[in-house]
Amino acid sequence: MNVREAADEIAAKGESSPSLARDPVNQAMVNNWVEAIGDANPVYTDPEFAAASVHKGLVAPPAMAQVWTMKGLHGARAEDDPLGAMMAVLDEAGFTSVVATNSEQTYHRYLRPGEQVAATTRLEDVAGPKKTALGEGWFVTTRTTWYVGEEAVAEMVFRVLKFRPPVPKPPPAPVLRPVISRDTEFFWAGLREGELRIQRWGETLRHPPGPMPPDGSLDAKPDYVVASGRGTVFSYVVHHHPPVPGKELPFVVALVELEEGVRVMAELLDASPEEVHIGLPVVAAFVRVDDDLTLPAWKVAR
Amino acid sequence: MTAVAEGTELPPLTIEATPTFVVSTALATRDFQDVHHDRDSAVARGSKDIFLNILTDTGLVQRFVSEWAGPEALIRSIKIRLGVPCYAYDTLTFTGRVVSREGNDVVVSVSGVDSLGEHVAGTVEVTLP
Repeated sequence: MNVREAADEIAAKGESSPSLARDPVNQAMVNNWVEAIGDANPVYTDPEFAAASVHKGLVAPPAMAQVWTMKGLHGARAEDDPLGAMMAVLDEAGFTSVVATNSEQTYHRYLRPGEQVAATTRLEDVAGPKKTALGEGWFVTTRTTWYVGEEAVAEMVFRVLKFRPPVPKPPPAPVLRPVISRDTEFFWAGLREGELRIQRWGETLRHPPGPMPPDGSLDAKPDYVVASGRGTVFSYVVHHHPPVPGKELPFVVALVELEEGVRVMAELLDASPEEVHIGLPVVAAFVRVDDDLTLPAWKVAR
Repeated sequence: MTAVAEGTELPPLTIEATPTFVVSTALATRDFQDVHHDRDSAVARGSKDIFLNILTDTGLVQRFVSEWAGPEALIRSIKIRLGVPCYAYDTLTFTGRVVSREGNDVVVSVSGVDSLGEHVAGTVEVTLP
């Protein structure tokens, strides 16, 4: 059964059976209430003032209407409470969170000490699903009527939003950090400064940097050049699986042939997998992770 | 109250929502939900602290309007829309103005604002003495 059908079924049952207040309207609860709220109106507490007033005797604060029939410390909803039934339907449908949005109370008359009220509730309206700032949800409206005997003394239209909270994104895991050696330190130091540095042994460029030149000479000392950063995709992969810490899948890893003639591998940031092709012109980019680490990357030359 | 007319402003009411205020009003309205008296539970449910319950909002709106309208004014209805929470240690300030008057029947619009924004807004129908 869908939410709409369930709502119609619950609404068709009409008013719940009356739920009798635990206690008659009484001075002790009125005194606690006016003390907590800070309402000093003497018609609630001063018998002489009240007797001489328009009420001709003590009355209870109208805003206490709902207080009399609250279920109390160990209270449970009545079996036939339509709000409880509608909440269960929406829980089942995945709308698990609730927030009250409106309370509209109308008082037909003031209550007097000794009167015992009973409340009935019916489901008035179920509207949705609607997109809200809190998430997608349904507005559920009930109408509660308080009676003394057969006389309706107060009414309340009460509305809640029952919503599906958006699933919070897990915080990104920290990125994998490279092992940095004396031979590669210059490369990572360059990235921090926004330079793509390529190791040079005399006339020969070498990447990734190593401890000796390609001819194996143990006497040679390297320096580096700063690459222009321009190149073209020589080859690439689209990584779909497995997950990589700090990365959203899928992502593109490109081996780029630089203008200087060496090839450097890094993530291609702003190209969809369908867009990438061999020969695609790219430029170097620098992804700052923190003070110590900046990663190389590519962006499409546009 | 003959001077009351459309546009008349009510004197503001400021409520310090101390933890004691939040807890004592929740219990005085017989609302025993833990988010209104147990900070650990409130935080575990995603709130910053314990917060005012709805029955107290209705009570505060009644107090705000009847302190202005006088002890023998008759409160006919209190219709409120709920906004941001009012957490413990916040300050709630009510302002209001008369939006219409027919004879002694007056409609007052009310707004209660705390540090997070509008906590409660609504209208009260009241019959002046």
